Parts: sequence; C-alpha cells; structure tokens
Amino acid sequence: MSYITKPKFQYPGLKTNDVGLSRRDYEGTLTTLCGGCGHDSISAAIIQAAAEMSLEPHKVAKISGIGCSSKIPSYFLSKAHGFNSVHGRMPSVATGANIANKDLHYVGISGDGDSASIGLGQFCHIVRRRINMLYIVANNGTYGLTKGQLSATADQGSKTKTGEESLYDNIDMANLAIELGASFVARSFSGDKQQLIPLLQAGLTHKGFAFIDIVSPCVTFNNTDSSTHGYKNTWENYIALSQVDFVPMRKEITTKYEAGKEKEITLHDGSVIHLHKTGNNYDPYDKENAQHHINQHKKEGKIATGLLYINQSTSDLHELQDTVDKPFNRLTNHDLCPGSEVLDDINETFS
Amino acid sequence: MPELVHSTKIKAMPKINDFVVKFANVNGSGSASANNMFAKAIFRMGIPVSPHNIFPSNIQGLPTWYEVRISEDNYLGRREGVDLMVAMNEQTIKADIQSVVPGGYVLFDSSKALANDLIRDDINYLPLPLKDICLREFEKPAQRQLFKNIVYVGALAAFLNINFKVLTEMVSEQFRGKEKLILPNIHALELGQKYVNENFEYPLPLQLKKSNKTAGKILIDGNTAVGLGCVYGGATIASWYPLTPSTSVVDSFGKYCNRLRIDPGSGKKKFSIIQAEDELAAIGIAIGAGWNGARAFTASSGPGVSLMQEFLGLAYFSEVPVVLFNIQRVGPSTGMPTRTQQGDLFSCAYASHGDTKQILLFPSTPKECFEFAADAFDISDRLQTPVIVMSDLELGMNEQICDQLSWDDSRVYDRGKVLSTEQLEEIEKFGRYQDIDGDGIPYRTYPGTHPHKGSYFTRGSSHDVNAAYTEDGDVYAEVMDRIALKFETAANYLPIPEISNQAKHRLGMIYLGTTTGAIQEVLDNLAKKNIALDTLRIKAFPFHQSVKKFINDHELVYIIEQNRDAQLKSLLKIECNANEEQMHSILSYNGLLITAQHIERDILNSMTTLENAKDVPA
Repeated sequence: MSYITKPKFQYPGLKTNDVGLSRRDYEGTLTTLCGGCGHDSISAAIIQAAAEMSLEPHKVAKISGIGCSSKIPSYFLSKAHGFNSVHGRMPSVATGANIANKDLHYVGISGDGDSASIGLGQFCHIVRRRINMLYIVANNGTYGLTKGQLSATADQGSKTKTGEESLYDNIDMANLAIELGASFVARSFSGDKQQLIPLLQAGLTHKGFAFIDIVSPCVTFNNTDSSTHGYKNTWENYIALSQVDFVPMRKEITTKYEAGKEKEITLHDGSVIHLHKTGNNYDPYDKENAQHHINQHKKEGKIATGLLYINQSTSDLHELQDTVDKPFNRLTNHDLCPGSEVLDDINETFS
Repeated sequence: MPELVHSTKIKAMPKINDFVVKFANVNGSGSASANNMFAKAIFRMGIPVSPHNIFPSNIQGLPTWYEVRISEDNYLGRREGVDLMVAMNEQTIKADIQSVVPGGYVLFDSSKALANDLIRDDINYLPLPLKDICLREFEKPAQRQLFKNIVYVGALAAFLNINFKVLTEMVSEQFRGKEKLILPNIHALELGQKYVNENFEYPLPLQLKKSNKTAGKILIDGNTAVGLGCVYGGATIASWYPLTPSTSVVDSFGKYCNRLRIDPGSGKKKFSIIQAEDELAAIGIAIGAGWNGARAFTASSGPGVSLMQEFLGLAYFSEVPVVLFNIQRVGPSTGMPTRTQQGDLFSCAYASHGDTKQILLFPSTPKECFEFAADAFDISDRLQTPVIVMSDLELGMNEQICDQLSWDDSRVYDRGKVLSTEQLEEIEKFGRYQDIDGDGIPYRTYPGTHPHKGSYFTRGSSHDVNAAYTEDGDVYAEVMDRIALKFETAANYLPIPEISNQAKHRLGMIYLGTTTGAIQEVLDNLAKKNIALDTLRIKAFPFHQSVKKFINDHELVYIIEQNRDAQLKSLLKIECNANEEQMHSILSYNGLLITAQHIERDILNSMTTLENAKDVPA
C-alpha cells in the first residue's frame, strides 16, 4: 500500500512513440492495492498496450464501478478522464458516455462482484447493446474490499482463505458474453503479459463490444492452494487456445510466420491480429465451438485463455441506431432546436 | 321495463357551459377516442373544458371513467357531483347513477331494461338503444362494439347542442390517410343525433353555447409537452424504463425527434432513445451522457425514482448534470399506478443517502411542462446537479387547456461552466472542484478536450478540490460546504414563486403543481363569503426567499397538497424555519385531483367562527 505521490520526473532519454509520448505519460497515480495484486499487472499491461499503440491518452475515457478492480483506472492514463461510478453500474454509465461522444475509446474496468453479482443485469444489457468499448473484468473470485467473501465467479468447491467453500456453480463471464452476442471475447491472466497486451490492443481496436475476462489473483484473500483463482492454480491449469500478436494499422508487418501455422484477423481499421496455432486447431470465429471449448476445459479443471471468439464485422450501437456522425456532445442550438415557426405548427395540431 | 322519468318531468336547473359530464366505460372497449372527441369538440366551440381520465391499471375489462368539467369561468379543476352520466358499464352502473346530482341526467343503453333499483325519482333518464342501433347498422362485430361510443357522442351532440360540423371535421382530421373510416364514423354520429331528434325534446336545459374563451389556447397533455420541451431544450439522449404514468413522455420525445431531429443531409438521427433494463440503468445512462457533455434525461414515477436514489446521490456529489421527470402516482410501493398524487416530495427533495439536496421544479400546466422541461437542462448544466421535474399523473396524462407553447429564437442553451480547449490552454492549473467564482459552482471539462490539461477523476467517494480521493474529513467537509453554497446560488436560476397579495390579507395559501387548477375557484367562492386570501404558488425547490417571507407575513397559511403526510409543509418547516402554528394543512390523497369544494370545506371548517375569520387588513 502506497501513500506517496508519484514523482513526475522522466529520464530525458526515455523513448517516445508516434504521438511523442513516453511510457510514463501513460501511467496513473501510484497504486494503493496490496503488493502483488493481479490488478496492478493489469494496469501495467494497459499502460504498455496503450503506449505501444500510440493511443492519445485524452482520447480515452476510463469508467469503473466499485471495488478493488474499479480502482484500477486511477493507476493508468492519468491524462484520460475517469469515472468511478456506482457498484455494478459501470455498464450504464459507459453506455451513456459512449452515446454522447462516439469519438473516444472507452475502457470499462470492473470486477467479478461488480459485473457477475450486483451488476450482472447491466453487464448482460451492455453486451446486447453492442457498445463500442473494451470491457475488462479483473476476476479474482472474491470480494477484496469487504475482506474475502466468495464471489459468483468462484468455482464450486473453491475455498477462501478462511476455508469457506463455494457451494454453488460459478458464472463464466466469457461464456456469458459469447452467449449474449459480444463480438470480441477473450480470457487472459494478469500474470501473462505476453498474452494480455496484444489482447488488450486488439480489444481497444475492435469496433463493437470487446470483452476480456482476466484472472487476476487476490493475494490477500484468495490466493490459497485451494482457490481456483490463485496464482498457483492459474499457472498450473492455464491453457492458451491461441497465441496472439497484435499489429496496429500503421505498423509495417515485419514479423515472418511459418506458413500454415498462423491465422490473420484484420480489424475494421486495418490492424491485424495474428493467431499462432497451438496444435488444437482452434477456430475463434465459431461461437458454439468457443463455448464448447470453454466448457470442456472447465470440466477438466483447466482455464481456456486467448482470443476465444471474434466477429469483426458487426455493428455498434451508433450504427444500429443510425446516429449522426458528429458526436452528440458537439451538437449545438442550431443542430438541435427546431425553432418557433415549427412550434407554431405544432400548436396548430393541438387547437 | 319500468316507466322512466323523462327529462320533461323532473325540473332540471338550466346550466349553460357550466356542468360535469362523466363517462363510465369498460376499459379496452374503444371509448377513449370517442370521449376525447367529445371534450375536444367543446374546446373547439370556445368553451373551457378539462377532461380527467380515471382509469384502471389494466388492459381490458375493468371500469374506467372519463370526467369532463365544462366551465365558462375557466375553472379547470375537478368538481364534485355529476350532471350527466353516460353509464356504459354494467359493473359500476349503480354507483355511477348514485353520483348524479338531483335534477341531473343518466344516458344509458336501453337495449336491455334497467333494473328497478337503478331508478331514482330525482333524476332524468335518457334511454338510447345503442346495442340495437349498432346491430342493425353495422356488420362487423368489432364495429358494432366500437361504434356504440361514437353513437352516444352523436346523441350528446344533440342533447347538449354541440356544433355537429365541429364533430365531423374532427372525424375527418382523425382519419386523414384512412379515408375509408371517415364515412362510417360520421354515419355513427348521425345515428345518435337522429335518434335523439326523433325521440326526445332537445337540447336539454343542460347545454353548450359557443364562446370565445379558448381562442389562442391549446388542449394538450403534460407528458406530450414535456417530450416536446426536451426536444426544444436540446436533449439528445432519453434512457428510460416503461412505467405508468411516465411512459408517454418518452413516446412524445421519440415522436417529435423522428419528425424534427433527422439530419436533412444524411437522414441520420440527432437523438438516441434507450429502453433500459431497469430504472437504475436508465438514470445511469443519462448520467454517463451528462458527464460526457450531452443533454440526457430519464422519465419515471415513484417506484422507478426509488430505484434511482443511489445514482442521484452520485450525480449530486460528483456534480454531474442530469434531468429526471417524475410523473408522480399514488404510493407507497406499487400503490395505485393509475391515480394521481404529490407524494414524492420527500423522496426527491433529499434523494439518496447522506447529506443531499435536489433541485425540484413544479409545473402546473402543460405549457409549464414544456417550459420547465427545456429550462431543466439549462439549470442542470448551470448548477452541475440533477434537476427533477415533478409532474404527476393528473397533469401528465390528461389533456388540459393552456396558452400556446412559445419559444424565443434568440435563446441559446446555457451549458454552464465548461472549459474549452482554448480556455484550458490559458489556465495554469485546472481543479475540478475549485470555487473560482465564489458562487459554489466549479468549472468542468468534457473528456477529450485537451491533450494534457483538464482531465480529472469523477467519483462518488470523497474528493478534494482537484477531484483526488481523500479521507481527510476537513477536506471532505470543505467540498460539502461548497456544494451547500451552490444550492444557495441555485435560487438565482430557478423559477420564482407566483404571488398574489396586493391586498395583503391575514390568511394565505401555498400550493404547487396540479392543485393550481382549483385555486381561482376557491378564491372566488370564498370571496362570496367575504373571505379573502393571498396566494403563493411554489415553482421550485430549494424554496425562494419570498416563500419564507410570505409565511411570516401572514397569520395563518393554508398549505394545500395532495399527499397524506403534509410533505410540503414539512419541507417548509425544515427549509424556511416556518412555525407549525402558522401553517394549516389541507390534504387530499385519494388518488383523484383535489377539488375546490374540498379546499373550501377545509378552510371553512378550520375557522372557529366565520365572523372571526373575516378578512381584516394586516
């Protein structure tokens, strides 16, 4: 736990990206989470992902609910506006923000309590509405801030630090997202930066609702050997259905891949996701197959990770509703007010 | 069939342009549009009219009433007693006939004999074989049912002397584009008229005479006006969950947006309507949009507003503009969903946990619904806080006469203290919650405005003037005190009370919203008894300073409101430090609009002797 202010000093020799910013320009305030918390690795991965992509921080809006996970937005991109809203209600706030201005990147950060319990209804409906955003669940199977109660994603039989066993079946957020029509669904592990960063980049670039369920261990309350969300279990039972590389649109593709061993997915802006096959012939375009794989691995006590499902040709809410190109928050009197003459005609219909 | 007493036998007091007609129907039977036509025809004859729907929370089969007050004196509140009952519902006919004033009339379907116990010897019966007429004249079963309603409107036209041309014109307007329906409807009207012509002496002593009292006026319901006000006020986003009686607010917004908010070049929409999964999401979406600089609103009623409490606290504390229309209905809990009440003053004035206060606006006419809806967005942006427009079912769902809606084309939306890229460039350090101007209103920025200035973290947790998280109690208190100051500033931006006290009397009345319709009638009737009162109509909360002064300037002030617990009176005690002894509550909470008679009775009863209460100038 830290209480000091982060120094603003930057080494003059720090490398800058295409928009002239160094990695430090993507940082947030110092974390106040527990040392070793998986969530801090997520912040670090987002910082690296955004810096590599040359995202302009102020073109990002970070929105969260309540809980340890929802503190994450403080710890990255301090030049972006953030909104730490109400427990379980990040999806509605993100929906409204997105409708108001379609030109920003929206990153929603939530946890398993926030999205799988109190906010499950809102989670379901934001997926249905295809909000163009990256929605992250930092999933640790426990309620950290209230000191270690089981969450709805805790696997049946999983035990907390105090020995409390989860009696009920868990909610698999990735599976649910696929079921509800999310067009980009991935799962990763806070400890696997190599996999997580390209997934974050692809999710940020994807047009439509991108969802990443990130297993992110709670070192204080749910990191025992008997917990399925701890570091030990995750490392041991973590299966990558695919290895992912992300190549942003403006980068020249220099990496050479062995023919037949990789799959290319082109996103709407020309960026490319490279999937390296891992011998299991996984097809991320097939919804039923994705759900089957998730369930199959779960039965074996394994955690299926990687890009689980993608459909890069869907439309987002703005396209579905056919809204104007200009963001709503820039429409003026002139654009919006029909004026007195029209009102006279309307009066006529009521006389 | 027992012999009926005819209109010629019972002496009825002649009443011109001053009586109440009530329709008792079965809901889902198609009576609504026929009844509306009746009221609108009277309006078009230049006579002030106020229809009131008293309907069930049901789709089909339960009793529903449509009560039409006609008043040349422009008394638009409800009046007790019915002069002419159109008794079309067998289930309620007994009570319906009982409610007719002596000398009044009952129009009923005489295709079936009227039971003996329904015959009163002090009223007149107007038997009309509606079912038989429709069986004879129409082939389709649906038409036989629906046209019964039109036939009785045609009969009423003859009985009451409604200009027949006004009715046929309305039919033509209503079915423009569906011309096939015009002739059968006019035929049905004529059937009713003809039957009266052949079987009765008409018009009745109860009758209408063309007037000029509705010139320049419109007949519109409050929710339609609210929806239109949101269009004019620049709202682009409506997020809502269907709930009676608020639903027609968003219906209206959508209807006018589809007409007026389509970009002419691209054909794309300059609005978005989201039917949310619940009221929590509905207000969450509106708050997210408000935070990001678009004007957004939600419309709901008591149960929905209860669900929104947590979010209202967030918007209050993190200072995000959002507009909420609360079309109040009878609570608590599900209460009476289709009846009216002013019962949400407590739950809205201090909505959410902790020290909070919310801006409330109280429209009393559809015109004010339009104006306050548009104003609400300016006020909310200016003060960076939620604004709750407190309408109710009576105002929202009933057509009411009001002045034409008007808009000043030179008006520019007040978006409040929002810093542009250029302004940010000029300032050294941006602090989201700093009180630069000393009025308690800080400056804000929209996301994406400037590459490295003006970003901040919005949160419902305690924060300092720079929006950083803090658990320092003194810093928290500083922010809370500054928000309190902002609510003092608020008075400058809120509509001020309407006060009539030229004569300065000992007694006063304070009221708001739909109680207004009864007030002039109360004053006129009490004046005949030599009782005079000053009046103050509240239009907004927090209360204007003149409210406190009004109470202090009077020996006794009647606080008239439509709830059980005298919520307005309590708010006056809390906010104006008003003396309990100086205030006397007049309450109505049976779900029906308060009547002038009720208010008069309570005022008279409250006076120990009438002599005592005679007005003496202060």
